[in-house]
Amino acid sequence: METSRPRSVEELSTALRDSSGTVRARGGGTKWSWGASTPNPDMLLDLTAMNDVVEHASGDLVVTVQAGTSLTDLQTALGAAGQWLSLDPPERHATVGGVVSTATSGPRRLRFGTPRDLLIGVTVVLADGTIARSGGKVVKNVAGYDLGKLVTGAFGTLGVIAECTFRLHPVAPARRVVSLDVADPGPLVGAVLRSPLEPAALEWDGERLHALFETVEGAAESQARDLLSLAGRGEVGDALPEAFGSRPWRDGDVALKVTHRLSSLSPVVDVVRRRLPGCRLVAHAGSGVIHAAVAADATDVAASVDELRREVGPHDGSVLVLDAPPDVKAGIDVWGPVRGLEVMRRVKAQFDPDARMSPGRFVGGI
Amino acid sequence: MRRNPPSEASAKGDNVALNGLAADFVGHLGRDAVVTDRVQLRTYECDGLAAYRCIPGLVVLARTTDDVSYVVRRCHESGVPFVARGAGTGLSGGALPREDGVLIVLSRMSHIREVDVDDQRAVVEPGAINLDVTRAANPHGFYYAPDPSSQQICSIGGNVAENSGGAHCLKYGFTVNHVTGLEVVMPDGTVETFGGRAPDPPGYDLVGAFVGSEGTLGIATEVTVRLLRRPETVQTLLAGFRTMDDAGGAVSDIIAAGVVPAAVEMMDALAIEAAEAAVKCGYPTGAGAVLIVELDGPLAEVEAHLAAVDGFCRERGAFEIRVAADDAQRASIWRGRKSAFAAVGRISPDYIVQDGVVPRTSLAQVLRDIASLSEETGIRVANVFHAGDGNLHPLVLFDEAKQETERAEEVSSRILDLCIEHGGSITGEHGVGADKKKHMSRMFSDVDLDVMQLVRCAFDPDNLCNPGKVFPTPRLCGERPGRRTGAHPLQEAGVAEIF
Repeated sequence: METSRPRSVEELSTALRDSSGTVRARGGGTKWSWGASTPNPDMLLDLTAMNDVVEHASGDLVVTVQAGTSLTDLQTALGAAGQWLSLDPPERHATVGGVVSTATSGPRRLRFGTPRDLLIGVTVVLADGTIARSGGKVVKNVAGYDLGKLVTGAFGTLGVIAECTFRLHPVAPARRVVSLDVADPGPLVGAVLRSPLEPAALEWDGERLHALFETVEGAAESQARDLLSLAGRGEVGDALPEAFGSRPWRDGDVALKVTHRLSSLSPVVDVVRRRLPGCRLVAHAGSGVIHAAVAADATDVAASVDELRREVGPHDGSVLVLDAPPDVKAGIDVWGPVRGLEVMRRVKAQFDPDARMSPGRFVGGI
Repeated sequence: MRRNPPSEASAKGDNVALNGLAADFVGHLGRDAVVTDRVQLRTYECDGLAAYRCIPGLVVLARTTDDVSYVVRRCHESGVPFVARGAGTGLSGGALPREDGVLIVLSRMSHIREVDVDDQRAVVEPGAINLDVTRAANPHGFYYAPDPSSQQICSIGGNVAENSGGAHCLKYGFTVNHVTGLEVVMPDGTVETFGGRAPDPPGYDLVGAFVGSEGTLGIATEVTVRLLRRPETVQTLLAGFRTMDDAGGAVSDIIAAGVVPAAVEMMDALAIEAAEAAVKCGYPTGAGAVLIVELDGPLAEVEAHLAAVDGFCRERGAFEIRVAADDAQRASIWRGRKSAFAAVGRISPDYIVQDGVVPRTSLAQVLRDIASLSEETGIRVANVFHAGDGNLHPLVLFDEAKQETERAEEVSSRILDLCIEHGGSITGEHGVGADKKKHMSRMFSDVDLDVMQLVRCAFDPDNLCNPGKVFPTPRLCGERPGRRTGAHPLQEAGVAEIF
């Protein structure tokens, strides 16, 4: 496997143009093993030398950044201006390009959405070296098709994300966290979603629910008090709980993402626990996303995943096996059924007709 | 308003095909679903941008997904182009019909199929009126956030096509941030479903790619949208300033302080004069600029931010500040702003509504440039804009009877140049459509546009679905984007250096 470490968009383009064979781009490598198993590519594009913050227009709440910049470094730079890119996936050392390519998110997606909602411009390099831009550096812009939407969550199968422009948010001045033990989070989460409360996150780790209020001091405090009366109990603090927002899995686990319509939190938690005995789970409750982990040897994973899919289907959900040891993954359809797959194949064929870019890693063998 | 550009549709020998389709559609969908009478066809000749007109070859009034699928499939088989139309309120000629094609009107598909408060979703037909979705959700304490000024008459299908925004998208985002699922009739007539009610559907974000594609990738026949809970508190503040610079300074201070208002709208003296003449909105007398700031959210947060906004406005010399005490007063504050486009008709026989975007921090400079442009040409420009996100709606005033049309179009076009020079966009919410495709090459390179059209080729390889919109030059599917030499247009203009 040859490695290329471009320092600019132009070098990235040249590396692709002057090569043939399969290619995978890599940033921090934190999600390298996610997706379907594929053989090593002929060429690895290491993007970590493309780590400049190109332009931070703080007065416009917009930043343009090279894809290999680590999210942590970016947040540090933005923090100096009291701003942040409102994405909080927990993978340490993840790069901006990797976060966008895999569309990962964290607890605060409840308030701010996911990478697709924040990416306003993108520069992509296609398999043949073509450099294409779409969007721009203003938040409001409907000129042309939005390629940013297509490459977000595409796992590198359409091209390499070289540069991203995001809208930013101000860092909130105050925080309160309300924490309480709750065995079945559905009713309380539903009540919060119907109330005037505006939590930035509602995170449930299988035992404890943490509600985050991040706003001005008085409003954080009063909302925390309102939630205490709504729940009838709980503790209030200003610090984030230990391991807040982290994933439930450890090395060697089977890592799953289960989605569902918002009202189905309780029944879907039941299904996950029943089909994956002994699993650990963390729910972005209020967003319809549950992450679950089981030991790879704990159960017949392939059969459990099939059952899970069957039972989660009525809740409009999907079950993705994000990661698993290779032998386990080999026996599973990690992506499951996908709506619009034929259209996706046609999009892939247009952007990457020779199937160079991360072939086989994505849905339906794309 | 404006001279009619040459029609783009060609009618070479397509009448035979259209006549055949008309008979077929009458047989399949019923006589009342097909319009062939020329006088009736004429009612569909333009959308909200009346400068572009073209009488469609045939109009079909669809009632169901099956109707749309059937019509599109037959068009595809016959190689006849087709255009979808909702309420026809678009401002870029996106629903401009084809003389040699079929116009598929979706206004009969206007049902709100389901309001599901527990899932925070509504499932609606494409012809459903934007405001009706909010009305249906209202009794449950929920609403649909995107609120284009035309929300009382525009339809969700059109909103999806244009990725419509509105005054409140500063805080809440655009249509694309509020659509989670689509049923789409593809350009060959097959029916596909993208997304649904749950988040993060696996695979490419086809919902995201489809929203804002201006009707060129297929026809949405069912739309699943997010509903938001109504905020606990809404406060609306109106401030009168002596100058635009003062008002602009206040906006900068508000944003710099980390306040994200639901909306920040600004109007200049000419726009205020027009609104006053039209609806007697009673804005502060003698104001060179007014600012409308709306804040919403939890009570304590809104109160804190309102105090901050009030302070910034005073520091910047606001000579009158009003805060709406109730919904009636809030509506009264908004009345002037919302009537502004139509109101300039009171002070000018003809006008062009422009839609451009600049980085918010360039607003003051761009407004000064527009003022000198106006002085230089003698063409008056009234400015109404979403100040929070730099989305300008300059109203270029002219009198066709005085032969000012050409100069007005020149001014309008040079305003777009200013937007591009400052790193902005040629459209913030009205879309490219038929009107601005000629400007696309000023913002994107040929390669950028070719790559965008790869998406088109994946959805509509035969180029039959609303052809001739968005892109200045259609490309044949199958070609690879050329590796062109030479500088990118933005690079040449000195706006950007790397791509």
